[in-house]
Amino acid sequence: MRKKFWISLALLLVIPGLLFTVSCAKKTVKSEASVSEMPKSEMAKETVKEDTSAADKARAEAAALEKQRMEAERQRMLEEERLNAQKLRETQLEEERRQAEIAKKLEDAKKKVFLTELVLFDFDSSVLTETAQDRLKRKAEWLKENAKASVIIEGHCDERGSNEYNLALGWRRAEAAKAFLVDLGVSATRMSTISYGEERPFAQGHYEGAWSQNRRAHFVLE
Amino acid sequence: MIRIQNKIAGIVCAVLLLAWPMPGSAEYDYINISNPFLKKIPIAIPVFKAFSRSSAENIAAKSAADLLSKTLEYTGYFKIIDRAAFLADPQQPHIDIPDIVFRNWTGIGSELLITGGILLHNDMAEMELRLFDTIKAKLIVGKRFKGGDKDQRKMIQRFASDVIFSLTGDRGVFNSKIAFVSNGTGNKEVYTCDFDGYNPRQVTQTNNITLSPAWSSDGKWIAYTAYSKKNTNLHIMNLEEKRGAVVSQKGLNISPAWVPNQFTLAATLSFEGDPEIYLLTGSGKIIKRLTQSVGVDVSPSWSPDGKKMAFVSDRSGAPQIYSMDLYTGRTERLTFEGGYNTSPSWSPKGDRIAYAGMQNGQFNIYVITTDGQTLVQLTRDAGDNEAPAWSPDGNLIAFSSTREGPSKIYVMTAYGTDQRRLLTLPGEQTAPNWSLRIMND
Repeated sequence: MRKKFWISLALLLVIPGLLFTVSCAKKTVKSEASVSEMPKSEMAKETVKEDTSAADKARAEAAALEKQRMEAERQRMLEEERLNAQKLRETQLEEERRQAEIAKKLEDAKKKVFLTELVLFDFDSSVLTETAQDRLKRKAEWLKENAKASVIIEGHCDERGSNEYNLALGWRRAEAAKAFLVDLGVSATRMSTISYGEERPFAQGHYEGAWSQNRRAHFVLE
Repeated sequence: MIRIQNKIAGIVCAVLLLAWPMPGSAEYDYINISNPFLKKIPIAIPVFKAFSRSSAENIAAKSAADLLSKTLEYTGYFKIIDRAAFLADPQQPHIDIPDIVFRNWTGIGSELLITGGILLHNDMAEMELRLFDTIKAKLIVGKRFKGGDKDQRKMIQRFASDVIFSLTGDRGVFNSKIAFVSNGTGNKEVYTCDFDGYNPRQVTQTNNITLSPAWSSDGKWIAYTAYSKKNTNLHIMNLEEKRGAVVSQKGLNISPAWVPNQFTLAATLSFEGDPEIYLLTGSGKIIKRLTQSVGVDVSPSWSPDGKKMAFVSDRSGAPQIYSMDLYTGRTERLTFEGGYNTSPSWSPKGDRIAYAGMQNGQFNIYVITTDGQTLVQLTRDAGDNEAPAWSPDGNLIAFSSTREGPSKIYVMTAYGTDQRRLLTLPGEQTAPNWSLRIMND
């Protein structure tokens, strides 16, 4: 019974002592925690000693951590930059693609206008009306922008009149359109003419709505 | 005045077709030359006599008589009397004097009578054909024909020609052909057919647009317009040998018209900057330029003596018909009525020109005398009627018409009577051109 009593007492003294030893050290680094009830001077000395090495350790740890952090930060920033750069490139590429698509659509649209905008004539006439002249001006612009294009200008007539007379009239219509374009600066060697008279109508029907569509100079790319 | 030939030089052709005349008589004035179609002459053509009465002969006896009726009716001179009205017994045909009872024919109003006899044996055919004046009870012309079995149609046509000759002094149209354009294949191609629309034949195979066929005087060449990918070219083709020349100057090479009895033709070319009419050899070489005016000059048509040329020009602002004297170069305007006149065709009789004129949006065939004094409208209220072409005797006009819808070829007399469709083909037919009589066909 007495042995048990002394063992318990020893434990009762040691364990708190250990606890105080450890906690005192920490408290010294933070320099805020209250001091325990253990003998102060010895604790303090030990604490200071432990403090110093612990502090050093902690400082070193901290420095290492800081270094690590900074390195990580640096890496992260590099990665971010890289990602940004890549995104930028992709965006740029996307933008370029979009621009190119728009440009192509514009080109196609201009070409379509060139091919489909009608140059029409009055009955039995190869004189260029104002509307016809405006449209031919636009065609001249397109031809100048597309210097490699060669074109066949077809002359057509509505179904009225003799086939032979209409062949000649169709020829005069094609030639009138060509001469106008030459005067606007398009090279004559890029344009050839042919007359189809009334032989190849675009619109079927025996009334002015159809006839007016067929009295035309028609442009075909070679 | 009409003459009967007692002795006619035999018309010998490659198929051993022999014909010789039988005695006829006198001179008669049957057809009013100034307007032969005012009063049609009633004529009776009974079924021919089958000499050996074989079944093949019986069939041929009827078909030959029918063909002769149709051929003579085509000229517009005759009224063919219906056989149902005949008084004579068809089982006992009398084909010559003195057997013929003429009052059987005058009794039904017939002024002319044609009798025929036919004999078929092996592959040969023999026909005797006689034309009688029923009132005077006299033979006008008689012929015997001998040839192959297949030559019956030619024999009939030859006799028709003899009939017309003995009545008018002109040989008629029976050896002529008509060229035209048809798009039945899907493309416009040149075709030819007999004067009456039989035997249509496709002549070109361009598989593209083919236009404006024109016969040379001897009927051996056809000129026409055809397209290459970049140009409109003029082809001059020998029909039998399928050879020829191509005129392919830059631009238009169109609307050919042969000078009568010469290996020369007029055509419109635009290589000098304007559509003008030029004279070319049959081999396609340019001889000289004929017209000199800014604007369209197109569609030439020659007078029968080749001294004058009618053509279309828009030098006045719209297309009108002009006439040029080749020797002096003098050109004068012919048409002053209507604002749009094209497609002139000079009659082989020399005194008048047919053309197509547009008024109130419709095209009709007109005929104007060459002095410009008399103008007659031949078609009306029947669609668009264009591209007139005279028969070689100047009595008939072929033209295109949309009166039934799609364009077809029609024929009428020079006075606009008896308008009827020439032939039936798929698609649309246009641009008829009538040859002269073609010998040795």
